[in-house]
Amino acid sequence: MTCGKVVKSVFILCLILIPIFIWMIVWNGPVRYLPYYLPCPEILRQDVLTLTPWLAPIVWEGIFNSELLDSAYKPLNLTIGVTAFAIGKYTKFVGPFLESAEKFFMKGYRVNYYIFTNNPQVIPRVQLQPDRSLSIVPIKKYSHWQETSMRRMEVINRHIAEVSHQEVNYLFCLDIDMVFHNPWGVETLGEMVAAIHSGYYNVPRSQFPYERRSSSAAFIPDSQGDFYYAGAVFGGLVKQVYEFTRACHMTILADKANGIMATWQEESHLNRHFFSHKPSKLLSPEYVWDDTKPKPPEVRLIRFSTVDKNHKEIRD
Amino acid sequence: MQIRKVHMLLVILMAGIIVYFGIPHIIQTSCQLAGQADLDETFSVLPRMSYPQPFVDKPQRTDVLLMSPWLAPIVWEGTFNRDILNAQYRQKNLIVGVATFAVKKYVRFTEGFLSSANKFFLSGHRVNFYIFTDHPEKIPLMKLAPEKRLFIIPIQNYSRWQDISMNRMDIISSHIHSHWRYEVDYLYSMDIDVQLFEHIGVEIIDTLVGTISSWQYTKPRENNSYERRPESQATIPSGEGDFYYAASFYGGSVSEVYKLTTACFKGVTEDRANGIEAKWHEESHLNKYLLYHKPTRLLSPEYYWDEELIRPHIVKVKRLSSVRKDLKEVRF
Repeated sequence: MTCGKVVKSVFILCLILIPIFIWMIVWNGPVRYLPYYLPCPEILRQDVLTLTPWLAPIVWEGIFNSELLDSAYKPLNLTIGVTAFAIGKYTKFVGPFLESAEKFFMKGYRVNYYIFTNNPQVIPRVQLQPDRSLSIVPIKKYSHWQETSMRRMEVINRHIAEVSHQEVNYLFCLDIDMVFHNPWGVETLGEMVAAIHSGYYNVPRSQFPYERRSSSAAFIPDSQGDFYYAGAVFGGLVKQVYEFTRACHMTILADKANGIMATWQEESHLNRHFFSHKPSKLLSPEYVWDDTKPKPPEVRLIRFSTVDKNHKEIRD
Repeated sequence: MQIRKVHMLLVILMAGIIVYFGIPHIIQTSCQLAGQADLDETFSVLPRMSYPQPFVDKPQRTDVLLMSPWLAPIVWEGTFNRDILNAQYRQKNLIVGVATFAVKKYVRFTEGFLSSANKFFLSGHRVNFYIFTDHPEKIPLMKLAPEKRLFIIPIQNYSRWQDISMNRMDIISSHIHSHWRYEVDYLYSMDIDVQLFEHIGVEIIDTLVGTISSWQYTKPRENNSYERRPESQATIPSGEGDFYYAASFYGGSVSEVYKLTTACFKGVTEDRANGIEAKWHEESHLNKYLLYHKPTRLLSPEYYWDEELIRPHIVKVKRLSSVRKDLKEVRF
């Protein structure tokens, strides 16, 4: 084919294509448009999972609007409860926990703190804001720290039945050896709320430290599991927390009867239960961070994290 | 064929293998069941399912908005696992009602609606279809799936199609008050002139659910579809607005839908008294209500697609779509 013929055929092709192109643009047929449910950069995170497969939101910085949420929740006149256990040497964490909670936890809402301790006298009387109260609940200390840890489910459950179900709408059960660094607001409220553990959030499920012995009631096989949830943070509507703690306590007792203790104590049971009864809202690792870990880019803000401590020294 | 010794030996050998491997398994299963059953009773457990692990650093879709700023999920194809949702839903023993109106010439759409809804709407779950019509005799007799029931309710028609459309709110509201709050847990209002092409399942079930209109094509704040005249009860001041919701498909729990329809019809009535009619009739009132009472779940335009529009690639599935019709002919 000669050069001339090539040019000629290209020319003819253009003559045909250009009118077609113009016709396509000008044609007043069905409407074409750019729909607005495309992501808007100001209020979206494209780097992280924000919805679980069961359509529960995963709360990260940048996906929610605090003012909007406050305008929806403030009129409901809610009271939010917080339980934390300060047993033995853990009482030294109460001061920083409460002081930071006063600054960052549920600002503008009524909050009742319930501190469970075997040593009420050493609990510092922290200055609280007007709408907040502190309740110190004496409980027994067990000789083994694991026992104390696992009994928390039973204690919380009993306390809800006796006291807090009448006093609060939502209840959060937090570890005491932690401190708030950034706002924790009503974006965390939900029917049943769990937090994703900072150590395992991008790891295959076979590597989650679930209880792997089938003789335990907390057993989860290698091929199953959604996330590894942290035992340090869970919560929800007080009725749901009641049911949840009761269920966890039952499986803990079942294990006791079989002479077995789960790998991570009540955290293993918590994970088992959240696998069977999916939480309705998940908190990203921002809400339960380990300060010894370097901060990855996904975690833009650390709201609640561990206090550096020597485990050997404080546990027994 | 003669039964030979060889055959006998083979049969015995196979029986032996089956017994050797089978019995321990049977014993093990029955033991497990005995132990698990006690625990399972205290809290009903989701059946064993296998599905891929969700990874926190791997979002399912990055091309669309998956959650509203008030943390209501927006349901798009690819974001949910219907098996998990079905398993959770089945434990609750719920009944869903669907209210739809086949008035005047719209009766002709009933068959298409019912046959496609029977196949694709909450398949396998209990649904009561309530069809309001001024021509009960014209509703075709159809065989529905066992969990689906059909109720035909006669109503009067109005001369203006806009009135028929707007009075739906009042009819739904009064029926919830008189009957449905005892009969169903969740209620959805759907247009009759639609067909389902893909499954619509329990991902739609939530307290207050709105569908994002397929016509939403500008930034919400500048949206021209809202009623902007301050004289109307449906007015939304300029600068305000989240999404534009379609009145063709909305719903939620019976109590929330009651509040919604009562409030909307109150707005319609006040407008009528003041001699004004909102731009998009009850849809304008619906949008005002949902702006100030945020829905707890939003459905993407997959859940109501207007046939007049070309579907962009981000709307991967067309689940429910309006039927092509000549509006001038069918409305008058």
